[in-house]
Amino acid sequence: MATSLTDSQSTALRVHPQRGSTPLPSALIALLPTAAALVALAVHRFLPDAQLPPLTWLETVPSWQHPYPLILCTLIACSLLATTLQAAFRSLQPSIRHFSPLFAGAVAVLGAWELITVKLNWLHQPFFPGPDEVLGAMIEQRKILLESAWHSLQLLLAGYCVGVIAGIVTGVLVGWFSQFRYWAMPALKVVGPIPATALIPLVMALWKDSFLCAVALIAFAVWFPMTILTSSGIANVRQSYLDVARTLGAGRIYLIFRVAIPAAMPNIFIGLFMGLGASFLTLIVAETVGVKAGLGWYLRWQQGSMEYAKVYGALIISAAFFSTLMTMLFRVRDWVLQWQKGVIKW
Amino acid sequence: MVNSGPRTGSGSTLSIREVSKMHFAADGSFVLALDRITLNVAAGEMLALVGPSGCGKSTLLRLIAGLEPPTTGELWVGTTPIVGPSAERGLMFQDHGLFPWLSVRRNVETGLAIRGVLRQCRHEVEEFMRLVGLEEFADVYPHQLSGGMAQRAALARALVNNPQVLLLDEPLGALDQFTRMRMQDEILRLWKARGTTMVLVTHDIDEAVYTCDRIAIMTPRPGRIERVIDVQLERPRQRNDRRFTELRVELLETLHLTGGDNRGIGPSNALAAKE
Repeated sequence: MATSLTDSQSTALRVHPQRGSTPLPSALIALLPTAAALVALAVHRFLPDAQLPPLTWLETVPSWQHPYPLILCTLIACSLLATTLQAAFRSLQPSIRHFSPLFAGAVAVLGAWELITVKLNWLHQPFFPGPDEVLGAMIEQRKILLESAWHSLQLLLAGYCVGVIAGIVTGVLVGWFSQFRYWAMPALKVVGPIPATALIPLVMALWKDSFLCAVALIAFAVWFPMTILTSSGIANVRQSYLDVARTLGAGRIYLIFRVAIPAAMPNIFIGLFMGLGASFLTLIVAETVGVKAGLGWYLRWQQGSMEYAKVYGALIISAAFFSTLMTMLFRVRDWVLQWQKGVIKW
Repeated sequence: MVNSGPRTGSGSTLSIREVSKMHFAADGSFVLALDRITLNVAAGEMLALVGPSGCGKSTLLRLIAGLEPPTTGELWVGTTPIVGPSAERGLMFQDHGLFPWLSVRRNVETGLAIRGVLRQCRHEVEEFMRLVGLEEFADVYPHQLSGGMAQRAALARALVNNPQVLLLDEPLGALDQFTRMRMQDEILRLWKARGTTMVLVTHDIDEAVYTCDRIAIMTPRPGRIERVIDVQLERPRQRNDRRFTELRVELLETLHLTGGDNRGIGPSNALAAKE
């Protein structure tokens, strides 16, 4: 459009850029992670170690094969590749501009971590190992870490599903039937706020199997927020939706399943998120109740034997594990609640 | 005839006999919302209910819809008493009440889906989408529609069920003046084409005079029908016609809303207030 303007018009329309707001060229931004990784590599290679590292399998490999410098080199390679790609394909530029500073920041955090532990020894062994040692522990323990994560996933999903289904059922009953509400609400108010972990003695008395105990605890932790949010969503469905459905011939089954529950979906998803958070917390504690596997169990075990590099390794795996599950729930919500999205008017 | 496939598009008579409705509060007190209302609506007639806030016109509509039972009296559609809501009596609100989680098409289909006749009647859905001019917006969600389009979609949803009586509770109250006048013509067009009996609750005197065969004027506390006016103007009606204006003035006088001395019903904007 601008090309069709005459000179005088384009002069009149020229926008004067504000001083100091000139955007950095994309190539420079794409190179930020490379720069950060080079600095981190220099810190790793040239500063003398002030911390005394424990003897691990890392002693047997040459220094350039250690996981930390290898990861930094991989990052540099990826960053350089991204820089080349964004020059070739302009469509990649926005996302690379967006993510480059974030990656550079993450590398800076790694470098700072090594600096204040291994290099300057402001934080001491054995509680604060450097990144190289933690990565080494994760590689050494990869099999048992994966098994632990897999076991935790089974436990979590079993408990979460039971809790969600039970919570939706009680939530619908409480929200829809006033008789049920009368009896259930006082009970919910008394029982619901109990932290699930306080029920450990009870579940251990009820079931011999430690897996069942843990599932019951997680299910209880999920059930309460699910029930409360589902019931409030159902009870607050707009009367006009129900009235219209009834004048279109809807019976009770239709009103509950096709009007009240869809209308309560935004609330139900808040319950799903709160329940997922509660289930993470309960999972880590529940795995100390006689369960002989899982991330929580592994954490306790390594903490007991003062293997802090392995503790941090397990924490990193846990963080990835939990945030992946959260992200998946966000995706599901965006798909189910797409009717809520957007405010575009035709 | 009930709940079986498409019906022929003719309305039924509606008969309201000595109907009273009391609203009870939790502390035992009660309000007489409707006091012995008797009203007959002919098959295919279009009747307006007008009156100030709290005169019970929306309550009366809910009783006809079967959403609430009357305290005393009876309501009949044709030869059947009204005992609950039914697909024979469609309802449309001021807030369109479209389900936000369904696309416009799925909203319009709702009544047919509930009655289990969607497969036979899918062409009717298309026909009504075209009739209200929304065929291009079939797959968008209600929040993407403007107010007038949402009301047209709600109208299509109520009409696709082929009700014998259509109840309209201030259906155009939330629309701007231009859209409202267009929608009035739209409703008249559909009413003529289907022959449905219609009861329109409105606070817009012009709207009542422009669209309806008869106008029932209600007064509040307790809700009573003060007067029923026949609108003997030939259609299509002209809003600037002399007799249109005379009728308008007559209505305003009955409602004590001619300005200046406002005895009786309170501030002159009482009608404009949302119920």
